[in-house]
Amino acid sequence: MSKHEFKLYEPAWCPGCGNFGIRTALKQALEELGLKPHEVVISSGIGQAAKMPHYIKVNGFNGLHGRALPPAIGIKMSNKDLKVIVESGDGDSYGEGGNHFIHTIRRNIDIAHFVHDNQIYGLTKGQGSPTTAMGQKTTLQFDGVKVEQLNPLALAMTMGAGFVARGFSGDIPHLVEIMKEAINYKGYALVDILQPCVVWNKVNTFAWYKKRVYHLPEDYDYTNKEEAFKKAMEFGDRIPTGIIYKVDKETYDDKFDFIKNGKPLVDRELNPMDAEKLLEEFV
Amino acid sequence: MDYSILVGGEAGQGMDTFAHILERTLKRLGFYVFKHNDYMSRVRGGHNFMQVRFSNVPIYTYSSKVDIVFALNDETVELHKSKLKDEGIIVCDNDIGKDEDVLHLPLIDISKEVKDRRVYTTAGLGAILKYFGLPVDRAESVLRDEFKESAAESNIKALKKGYEVIESKYNLEPSKDENIIINGNQAVGLGAIAAGCKFYCGYPMTPSSGVLEYISSKSREMEIMVDQVEDEVAALNMALGASYAGVRAMTGSSGGGFALMVEALSLAGIIETPVVVINVQRPGPATGFPTRTEQADLRFMIHAGHGEFPRMIIALRDPEDAFYQTARAFNLAEKYQIPVLLMSDQHLADYTRTMKPFDFSKINIERHISGAEAVTDEEYKRYKYTGNGISPRLIPGKVPGQVVLVDSDEHDERGNITESAETRINMVNKRLKKFEALKEEVEEPWLIGTEEPENLIVCWGSTYGAVREAVERLNGEGVSVGALVYGDIWPLPTKRLLEMNKYAKKIIDIEQNATGQLDSLIREEALIKCSHKVLKYDGRPFSGDEIYERLKGVIDNE
Repeated sequence: MSKHEFKLYEPAWCPGCGNFGIRTALKQALEELGLKPHEVVISSGIGQAAKMPHYIKVNGFNGLHGRALPPAIGIKMSNKDLKVIVESGDGDSYGEGGNHFIHTIRRNIDIAHFVHDNQIYGLTKGQGSPTTAMGQKTTLQFDGVKVEQLNPLALAMTMGAGFVARGFSGDIPHLVEIMKEAINYKGYALVDILQPCVVWNKVNTFAWYKKRVYHLPEDYDYTNKEEAFKKAMEFGDRIPTGIIYKVDKETYDDKFDFIKNGKPLVDRELNPMDAEKLLEEFV
Repeated sequence: MDYSILVGGEAGQGMDTFAHILERTLKRLGFYVFKHNDYMSRVRGGHNFMQVRFSNVPIYTYSSKVDIVFALNDETVELHKSKLKDEGIIVCDNDIGKDEDVLHLPLIDISKEVKDRRVYTTAGLGAILKYFGLPVDRAESVLRDEFKESAAESNIKALKKGYEVIESKYNLEPSKDENIIINGNQAVGLGAIAAGCKFYCGYPMTPSSGVLEYISSKSREMEIMVDQVEDEVAALNMALGASYAGVRAMTGSSGGGFALMVEALSLAGIIETPVVVINVQRPGPATGFPTRTEQADLRFMIHAGHGEFPRMIIALRDPEDAFYQTARAFNLAEKYQIPVLLMSDQHLADYTRTMKPFDFSKINIERHISGAEAVTDEEYKRYKYTGNGISPRLIPGKVPGQVVLVDSDEHDERGNITESAETRINMVNKRLKKFEALKEEVEEPWLIGTEEPENLIVCWGSTYGAVREAVERLNGEGVSVGALVYGDIWPLPTKRLLEMNKYAKKIIDIEQNATGQLDSLIREEALIKCSHKVLKYDGRPFSGDEIYERLKGVIDNE
């Protein structure tokens, strides 16, 4: 067992930040899946959540704000043997990176996307994020947010995502199980992880979430799209957590025979003479 | 001998096919061929034309004057009759150019006889071959290669009937065909594939789409991952992810799309991840002239990206150069762990030219990737300080127990985010040190013409062909003129220029832009000011004749 292998590094998160719980769950999930640090890559953008690859020993691509998904796709297509996880916040994934979010779902690449959703911008000090509730006062929207709140789970479902889940940073055992399912899911898996921002979000606090979140019941059928959509829309006095929707779908990776049935692209021998035959077209 | 044929009409009238068959036929007849396209940004209608020039000696550009205008509509007659040489003729169907001085041919009638309206341009091809006294057999074989059986048969019938409706003016001699014919976009794609590019992504944008399309067309056969991305922002970020994971990765666009890649270019700089990016330029600003040509992104590409980081820029001079330089770009990107930017433009992207077949055995693949032996600390340090600024590069997953961390924040040697002033200085210096090494690596510009010329031309990229023909013509008239044609352009190699500056009385900057960007770069890097500028920014490529005329104006004017 490789328990000591996912070494942790000293984070620069605020004391009490929900990111700690997410990191604990991630480490446990990776260990329980029997993975090793060099077999895992975390691609992240910018924000407090996106610092994750600095604080746990795995391969890391800490790229640009909003751009965590495109590198993850490039990585997975180039080396299908790597477990590719995207860790980023709500601003990063749903705001700046919204276009990549939509099109990554459409592609259905085999990656797990963990969105640390604290419904606020933390690192830039308290502005409204795409998931901040309408009317909520923030450091920038001093008289309340005036735009609709984005529902990431419902959006993902409408775009055809095959794995849609919600976790809560205050419920680590449950989150570990969701993360393991997401990492093992063959295809794009979205996990929206509710997380209090102890400094900037005075509405969606730990207590606020604690009062509302509940586990989906044992007999919940996550393959029933209609039911799942209702659950994806449920966000208010009661907030469901767990796997909301999960079905098998062919992945983008598997639609390319030479990727599906061949060695990872990174392991291919390169020989310029292999391309010489292409000249025939120009003769 | 040097002949040109212009075919013009509306988009959708079949000029593409005609010109393609014509150039292939002339090539198989053993001629050197150059085909230039002038097309509008529309799918149907408008006015498009193509010029096919051929000769028994190598040619490098198109000619301003033509021997035949093959008009597919009245507008073509009107627009292009001024381009005819004194002995030139306009040929067209009986229904076109009614009151004009043209040679009417029963092309539509032939197509009716063959019962296929689409083949009337092939009847024209038969007539044109006959006009030059050339046989039809090579055209027949091209038609058989290009069309399915029944279409090939009706085309060949039309070809032969067309051959009968005109008298020969010339009696040209075919020779042996030993060349290939290829355009710039295809040559870039072929160079990338030869270099082992395994990941190419892009968003369609004229005139760069040809690179994406070519590589995509070979992706299954050559096992290359090609992805059409949601936007150019995704494109470069995705290519960087692929490169980080260890494959040779490339993306490309035209100016507007490249503009969207700029933030990620800066990312490539700080994470020190190799990548090759091509900008197939078109006139800007913004959408500009989508289907036309310009060289106005040089300064932009040198400075694109926030912050200071090393990059290399290579301007592609012709399709052959494009092939070899694209392959070389991958080696340089991996050697220095930098973005290498290629510059092409619509002219180079779309013209086709005959040249000797590319020599794939000249392509070397140098990966500069390290393994476990490079891990000298307990934990691998992606940004380990070294004498030359280049840190050993591991591929994620390949060394058990070791991980690879790259970071867009300023980082320490391991790749971890830092705010240390000392580390910041060390990392900036580390990255910039690579640029110093790169300066020793760059290739001096090609010299064409007089070796110690009184009149020194400086130019870069796709103007090479037109400049070469102009210089050779002037040299033939005894004028002391030579040209430095830059390929590697950033960092700017200056040795040869500084040497030639000693002899030159005039230095003439030739560029397809309005401000003379190479001139300003030379002033900055070599402290030399060009005495004259020959600039063109109407979106149309220089021809050799145009440069010749404008150079004469500069050289003769004391």
